[in-house]
Amino acid sequence: MQALTNRIKPVSRKPMSIWERMYLPAIFKGMTITFSHMFKKVPTIRYPEKTRPFSPVFRGLQILNRDEEGRENCTACGLCAVACPAEAITMEAAERKPGEEHLYREEKYAAKYEINMLRCIFCGLCEEACPKDAVYLSETFAPANYQRKGFIYGKENLLIPHPKEDPEGFAKARGSRAAHPEGHGNEH
Amino acid sequence: MHLNHIFLLIDWALFIEKLVLIIVVVMGSLLVAMYSTYAERKVAAFMQDRVGPNRAGPFGILQPVADGVKLFFKEEIVPNFSSKFLFILGPCLAMLTAMMIGAVIPWGDKIHLFGRDISLQIADVNIGILYVFGIVSLGVYGIMIGGWASNNKFSLLGAMRAASQIVSYELAMGISLIALLMITGTLSLNEMVVQQKDHWWNIFKQPLGFLIFLICAFAETNRTPFDLPEAENELIGGYHAEYSSMKLGFYLFSEYINMFLSGAVMATLYFGGYDIPFVNDANLVHNIGVNWLAILEGTVFFIKICCFIFLFMWVRWTVPRFRYDQLMNLGWKILLPLALFNMLVTGALILLKQNHWHF
Repeated sequence: MQALTNRIKPVSRKPMSIWERMYLPAIFKGMTITFSHMFKKVPTIRYPEKTRPFSPVFRGLQILNRDEEGRENCTACGLCAVACPAEAITMEAAERKPGEEHLYREEKYAAKYEINMLRCIFCGLCEEACPKDAVYLSETFAPANYQRKGFIYGKENLLIPHPKEDPEGFAKARGSRAAHPEGHGNEH
Repeated sequence: MHLNHIFLLIDWALFIEKLVLIIVVVMGSLLVAMYSTYAERKVAAFMQDRVGPNRAGPFGILQPVADGVKLFFKEEIVPNFSSKFLFILGPCLAMLTAMMIGAVIPWGDKIHLFGRDISLQIADVNIGILYVFGIVSLGVYGIMIGGWASNNKFSLLGAMRAASQIVSYELAMGISLIALLMITGTLSLNEMVVQQKDHWWNIFKQPLGFLIFLICAFAETNRTPFDLPEAENELIGGYHAEYSSMKLGFYLFSEYINMFLSGAVMATLYFGGYDIPFVNDANLVHNIGVNWLAILEGTVFFIKICCFIFLFMWVRWTVPRFRYDQLMNLGWKILLPLALFNMLVTGALILLKQNHWHF
């Protein structure tokens, strides 16, 4: 039969020599190999204490953004929900009342904003669709929960910490975006 | 005779001294077995470029405790179709026979406490090594009974494998030992150590015998490459497939205790037991006293045993399992003739030496 590739290696069927049949030399050889591995540096990253650096285009859980004064960016235009191929996003709009200017940046805001994290495929299309830089994918990942309903993230889970009240949390949630204000670079 | 008289006849100091020694040895073997599981996982990890258990306590040193607690809290399952009595007897027997070997091993020389010379050997039986062999061959019953009582094909297969394997390798082991006994002329383990203190270690006199003994020890303790009785990917755990909770713990523990004690036996037989190499004991006694010397000797002995335990693990994580026919071939066609050859050559050399090297 003709070989399909030139990578075939014929198996040696010749009987073992006395030296090979003694097994012990081969075992000692193997043992030196395993012993030498005891002193090798382990590539393990001790996970909860240390994490691997993410690539700049990493797409984790969504975050609802605020501007520098802590006002919510989202205007509940629904473009993200339309763009979402997994149909994971739902929202309800509401009108800003007088006196709420410090809470919402524009006249309309999302009273309810939910993302089903079990449906979400983390494609980042919501982030691309958003005209207000209101939703983006953070570097947080691997959420855990005991119930399915815990994976439906509401505004209380999604909103970024207040930049004035909790600047550290804000900076952490921004992640590498703080260094690259234009975003992750996937809009280019 | 009154009962009082019987109590008076008992040497109470000896009784207490032996009792303390027994408790220390039993607890010690359990502790070593516990930490052997930890060491095994760590050694395996290092050899495979991993980290190993490191969550429970610093460097994971509480891992064996966590494992033990977990085993205790597991549900005790006794299969419906098993023979209940034998099912429980199996692990007990395995544990018992593993523990009993520790009784004749000289853990050190004498210590001097409360005006008494206390020997660090529980029982200096003058047929010590025969006793060890007797117990080792009893050890197969623990596995056999457990596998049989489980009433499970895989368990029974594992048990049958264990039985035939241990029986086959005991032969070669015994014959390689006979060559050693011809040299030492004694069956007492303590006497062997005393001989090795003054002269060469037996490993230099019996290298081939030691090699055979070592391979057989691997087979007797069911360690890889001879772990066919519990070959987990063929027999789903072999003889302990049906066991859970601490009964499984007993089986696993007895394996590690066996490993520890077979290391102790090999160190005693071939590596001078508690003898400290390159050191003149008489000078040392003069300098540091009997008790410190005994402690030092015990430590050296323990280090030797640890080397053996490491060897067991090292081989386990290097060599894959034998096929069953290969195992039997090795035992009957290679090790047994080799052991016989070794015995004959040793005998011939002893005769020659007695004849002052004249034919």
